[in-house]
Amino acid sequence: MIRIEARDLQKQFNDRLIFSQINFSLQSGESLAITGPNGSGKTTLVRIISGLISPTSGQITYHINGRTYAPHEVYGVIGLVGPYLQLYLNLTAWENLEFFSRIRGVPVDKSRLKRLMAHFGLAGRELDLLKTFSSGMLQRMKYVVALIHQPEVLLVDEPTSNLDEEGSETVYQLLEEQQKDKILIVATNEPEEIRFGRKRVDVTGQK
Amino acid sequence: MNLRKSALEENVWTLLVKSNIIFQKDFHLEFRTRYAINAIILFAVISLTAVSFSIGPMQLDPPIQSAMLWIIIFFSAMSGLAHIFVREEEQQTSDTLRLVAPPTAIFLGKWVFNVVLLFSLEIIVIPLYIALLNVDVQGMGAFLTIIILGSVGLASIGTIMAAIVAQASTRGALFAVLSFPLSIPVLRSAIQGTWTAIQGGGLADCLADIQLLFSFTVVILTSSIMLFEFIWRK
Amino acid sequence: MKRDWWKWLLGIWMTVMILGAFLYTPVAKGLGQTTRVLYFHVPSAWVATLSFFISALYSIRYLQKQNIVYDIWAASSAQIGFMFTVLATVTGSIWAKEIWQSYWNWDPRETSIFVLLLIYAAYFALRSAIEEKNQKARLAAVYSILAFVTVPFLVFVIPRIYDSLHPDPLINPERKIKMDPRMLQVFLGSLFGFTVLFYWILRIKTEIEFLKLKLSKRM
Repeated sequence: MIRIEARDLQKQFNDRLIFSQINFSLQSGESLAITGPNGSGKTTLVRIISGLISPTSGQITYHINGRTYAPHEVYGVIGLVGPYLQLYLNLTAWENLEFFSRIRGVPVDKSRLKRLMAHFGLAGRELDLLKTFSSGMLQRMKYVVALIHQPEVLLVDEPTSNLDEEGSETVYQLLEEQQKDKILIVATNEPEEIRFGRKRVDVTGQK
Repeated sequence: MNLRKSALEENVWTLLVKSNIIFQKDFHLEFRTRYAINAIILFAVISLTAVSFSIGPMQLDPPIQSAMLWIIIFFSAMSGLAHIFVREEEQQTSDTLRLVAPPTAIFLGKWVFNVVLLFSLEIIVIPLYIALLNVDVQGMGAFLTIIILGSVGLASIGTIMAAIVAQASTRGALFAVLSFPLSIPVLRSAIQGTWTAIQGGGLADCLADIQLLFSFTVVILTSSIMLFEFIWRK
Repeated sequence: MKRDWWKWLLGIWMTVMILGAFLYTPVAKGLGQTTRVLYFHVPSAWVATLSFFISALYSIRYLQKQNIVYDIWAASSAQIGFMFTVLATVTGSIWAKEIWQSYWNWDPRETSIFVLLLIYAAYFALRSAIEEKNQKARLAAVYSILAFVTVPFLVFVIPRIYDSLHPDPLINPERKIKMDPRMLQVFLGSLFGFTVLFYWILRIKTEIEFLKLKLSKRM
């Protein structure tokens, strides 16, 4: 059982206030949608929740099996897909998967990874360098990488950017699956995607 | 709850395993693109030929020969060692890396890479240096020991400074500006030791330099490992 | 006004020291009138070193507490320290021209202060290359600490470059004070005066930075 607790999160870049007083609590089986117009700080919030940056004030904590952790201590249970997380373009798809599996301490399960690639419509491209991929294919690839370690907490920033209809459909299925018994956090403005968050946080209203 | 045990656990062994994985990844990437190695070797060869060309048939004295060697190694290092972190930042893979590995493993992996990079440079440059500047190295054992220790020292400073510079806006010039003051102990003892070795000194004769190079590297490396997390985590 | 009594006292103190330096003290053998630079040059060098250590200590505090106030102390101390480093370098260099016939000849003391200048310059270059102030504080603190760690090695390595010709009023192998009592009085008095002066400037500097911080928060 995982519980994420955000208390009075506030973020400033120099003297510019991005948001303040963000509060929420989430546990396994719950989902959250982060909404707000472009430039309002959705991405900043996602990065704070995932431990990539720290808030100016306030606290975000993960409670796992009765123990409390800071976000950066639990990167092993977090999966994140976002436009600012790039993969290694000069490695092949397979080399990327191999690297991310090994560094996460997950055994390299060839058939599972192959199935995952195929699920996202990338079958047969395992040995191609990622720099030959289109932006839509890269977005699919990011999902494959984020799912390697079957994360208990999945954060998705702009879930379907660059994706065609078929790709979006696959992603929606995945989000549906994730929110059943794990934690899902989606940052988006598309009404179709907001529905995946049972709880809502609007970043704009929180100045 | 099928939470993998390894997801939340870290110990020295997994840290070393992970730094090795990081190193292999960087080595692989470097092998494919050769950005850093090309820059660093070309720089060294060009400056070496420039020196050799401008002195013509003149024979340099051992003190100048050893100073030349370390100036060339230092500036070549400055042209290539920052790459290891700047590359991750420029290709926006650093956040991806932040989410999959502990900072210490990342630092160690990158450090090993830079050490290997400097060694590969020297395998090419030192024979050239001996040939072009007509250096007669009489104490080969001490000479190589000083080269190895000095390079590890420079690579250690270069790696932690690269991590800092990768997050700043003006990277190129800043890297040398930041690294130079901290490299002075390394350069000074390495030049002194190389000079002694060229003139036929043995390990015992350069003991003071070897001790300083070794202890300085250990101190810088330990403080880097302690401080790296503050650089890496935003 | 009442709280400022020590500033007035410092003014009087420093005046007395300046007068003492020129009118009261004898000159040292072989150095002639140039002896008098001692009462200004050495205290400047002392403050330059002191501020560097203070800056490093506040950098450590910053990394522990992540409070921007500590960064302000560290950066302010470095800025004032830089000014005193320049003062010590210039006074020393003019003195060297008189006694050693050249402004600069890489005497160990000259080399040490030059490295200190380089470290300060690098520290400021780094600060100006980072936009976000917390990030600036973090990276500058790390650099400051690493530079601090390097200092003991410099102390060991630099004297090996040349033998020093630098006169050693206090720091010498025999640990004896080779100074006329009158010279010693003014020297120590001046050392004390410079230290208090440094503290005063540091207070003003940090006060200004705190006010700036408050203003920017209100806007």
